[in-house]
Amino acid sequence: MRAASALGALALGLAACSSSSSGTGSSGSSNTTPIKIGVSLSLTGDFSADGKAFQQGYQLWANNINANGGLLGRKVSLDIVNDASSPVQVATNYQKLISVDKVDLVFGPFSTLLTKAASQVVARYGYAFVEGAGGGPSVFTRGLTNVFDVSLPVANNLVSFAKWMAAMPAATRPKTAAYATQDDPFTAPQLDAARAILEPAGIKTVYNKVYPSETTDYGPIASGIISSNADIVLVGTLLPDVSAFIKQFVQQNYNPKALIATAGPDQGQQFIQNVGANHTAGIMVPNEWYPTANTPGNQAMIDAYIKAYGGTAQDISADVPEGYSVGEVTAQAVKNINSLDQTKLIAELHSGTYTSVQGPVKFDATGQNIAAFSYVFQWQSGALVPYQPDSNQVLQPVPPATAPILYPKPAW
Amino acid sequence: MGTELAKAVVDGVLTGGVYALMAAGLTLIFGVMEIINIAQGILVVLGAYLSYVLEVHFGIDPFLGLFLTIPLMFGLGMAIEWAFIRRLKSQNRTALSILVTFAVAIVIEGILTQFFSADLKTLNAWYIDQSLHIFGFYLPYIYLLGFGLAVVLLAALYVFLYRTRTGFSIRASVQNRTGAELVGIDINRVSGITFGIGVGVTAAGGMVFGATNSFNPNSGYDLISRLLVIVVLGGLGSVGGALIAAVVALVIEDVTAVVWSPVWASTMFFAVLIVVLLVRPNGLFGQQAVRAQ
Repeated sequence: MRAASALGALALGLAACSSSSSGTGSSGSSNTTPIKIGVSLSLTGDFSADGKAFQQGYQLWANNINANGGLLGRKVSLDIVNDASSPVQVATNYQKLISVDKVDLVFGPFSTLLTKAASQVVARYGYAFVEGAGGGPSVFTRGLTNVFDVSLPVANNLVSFAKWMAAMPAATRPKTAAYATQDDPFTAPQLDAARAILEPAGIKTVYNKVYPSETTDYGPIASGIISSNADIVLVGTLLPDVSAFIKQFVQQNYNPKALIATAGPDQGQQFIQNVGANHTAGIMVPNEWYPTANTPGNQAMIDAYIKAYGGTAQDISADVPEGYSVGEVTAQAVKNINSLDQTKLIAELHSGTYTSVQGPVKFDATGQNIAAFSYVFQWQSGALVPYQPDSNQVLQPVPPATAPILYPKPAW
Repeated sequence: MGTELAKAVVDGVLTGGVYALMAAGLTLIFGVMEIINIAQGILVVLGAYLSYVLEVHFGIDPFLGLFLTIPLMFGLGMAIEWAFIRRLKSQNRTALSILVTFAVAIVIEGILTQFFSADLKTLNAWYIDQSLHIFGFYLPYIYLLGFGLAVVLLAALYVFLYRTRTGFSIRASVQNRTGAELVGIDINRVSGITFGIGVGVTAAGGMVFGATNSFNPNSGYDLISRLLVIVVLGGLGSVGGALIAAVVALVIEDVTAVVWSPVWASTMFFAVLIVVLLVRPNGLFGQQAVRAQ
C-alpha cells in the first residue's frame, strides 16, 4: 500500500513537472504571460526609414492579434531593439534577445545585409527566423534551415521587366541600357539577372557601375548615366540614392524611355516628397504588394495603418506589409502546432502553406517563398499601378487597374 | 570622355561650394578655440530641418529663410559654448571637446528623431529642379546659388575677421590665446561669438545640403568625416582655405569617379589629405600656430 502511494505520488509529481520540450512554453500550460517577440530593427543609420516602416508593420500586426484574442490565448509583446543598421550590432542584439531576454519568438530585421548577419546567431540557438526583408540570394546559400523569408525572392525581381523589354519588336525595343547599383547583396543580384536577359536581346550596356553603399555624393554616377544617354536605366538603389539620381536627371533634362529601381519608388509618400509629385510619372519598381490587392486581411491592415498613422493607402511603404506578413505567417505556424517549440515550429514552416497580406506563402527547402509573385509597379497620376506579364511578356495592368503601361516614360 | 571630364570638374567645383559652407564653421571654431566640433554634421542637418519647417509650414523660401535660421543657430551656438564648452578645463580641452560635442550631437539627433522620425526629407523650390543650359552643360540653379552663397558668406566672414574689432580679437585669439588675454581681450566673449558664428554659418550650409540631398536625423554621420578632411586640408582656422580645399577634394573625387571608378572616389577624397599633409603639414593655407602654454 505504501509502495503504491509512493508510486502514485511519484506519478503525480512527474505529471506536474512535465511541460514542453525544447524552446519555451506550450499551449498546454495555463501560462497567461505575454508571448515575448524579439526584434532588431534599424531605427537609426542608413536603413532607418525602412526600419521605421517595418516597426509599423510589426506593431500593426501585434495590435491586430491582441485585439483578436492573442496567440495561443496569450497577448504578444514586441521587444524591439535598435541595430543602427549595423551588421555587428544586429548579431549582438539577437544574441541578447535570445540568451538574456529569453524571448519566445524572434522576427527578422530589415535588409539582406542584416538578415545574413543575424541568421547565423539565431540558428545557433535553434530559433525559427521568419523575416520579410532578407531576400538576397546569399541569405539562402549557407545551408541554414531556420530562415524563412515571407516576401518575394529578390533575385528575380527585375525579370518581368527585362523580359518585357527583350520581347519588344525590334523597331520599338531599346538599343542601350545603363546600370548602376549599390554594392549590396539585395540590389546587385537583381541587376545581374536583368542584364543577363537584356544583353542577349541586343540591348547594349553603355554604362555599368557599382558604387559603395556609403556613397554620399551621387553626382558622378548620375552624370555617368546621363552621359551614356542610355535608352533605359536600371538602378539598384534604396530611397536616398534613387531620389538623388532622379533629381539629377530632372536637373540635366535627361529622359530615359524607362527607369526602374530595385527599391525607393515603393516608399509611398516619402518617395513623392523626395522627388516631387510631378516627377514620379512612369517610374517603375518591382514588388509583390499593392494597396488594392485582394489578399486576406489587406484592407484591414490598411484601415488600421491609416487610423494609426494617417495619410492614404498610397502613402504606405511596401515595408509595412512585409513586416505584417512576418507576424501573420509566424502566428499561423504557431497555431498549427499549438506550441512555441522552436524545433516543431521550424518543421511546420518547412511544410505548411500560409496566407498573408502579400499573398500566399510556401517555403522551399532553403526558406524562400516559392508562392510569391513579382509585379512591376509604375507610378501614374500619383499612384502605384501593378502590372504583370501576359503570355507574350507584355506587361498588362492587374485588375481592377486598366491603364496601359507608360512606355516611353513621360518627360519630366 | 572629354565632356564627362569637364562635367566632373564643374560638378566638383559647385559641390565643393556646398561643402565649404558646411565646413566653414568647423574650421573657424577649431582655429580660434581648438575645439573639434563633432556636432558639426548634425548641426548641418539641423539647419536643413529648420529650413524645411519654414518652407513646409510657413511657405518661406529656403534662401529667404536664412534670415531667420542663421540668427537662430547663432544663438544656439552661443548657448552650446556657454553650457558645455566653456566649462572644459584647459588641460585636455581639445580631446575632451570631442566627447562633449559628440554628446551634444547625440542629443540633437535624438530630438530631431523625436520630432521628425527617420523619414527622409528634402527641400523643394523651383530652382532646385531646374538648370542653366550653357555651352552644352546643364548647371543646376541650386548649385550655382549655393556656390554664390558660399562665396558671399565666406567673403563676409573675411571682412568681419579682418575689418572689425571683434574680428581682430578673434584672430588674436587664433594666434596666441594667452597673449590675447593678456592684452585685455575677453576670451570667453570671443569664444562665444566665434562658436555662434561657426554654427550660424552652418545654417546656410544646412539649407543647401537639404536642397541637394535627402536627409534624416542620421545624415550627420556621413558628413562629419568629410568636413574634418576639408578643414584639415584647408588649414585649421583658414576660412578661405576651407573653400579651396572643398573644391579641390570634390573635383578630385568626381574626376576619379568618372575616369576610374566610383568605388575609388571616396578613397581618393581622403587620400588627397594624406598627400597634401606630407608636403604641407599645416594644410594648404594653415599657419604654424603659436600657442601660449
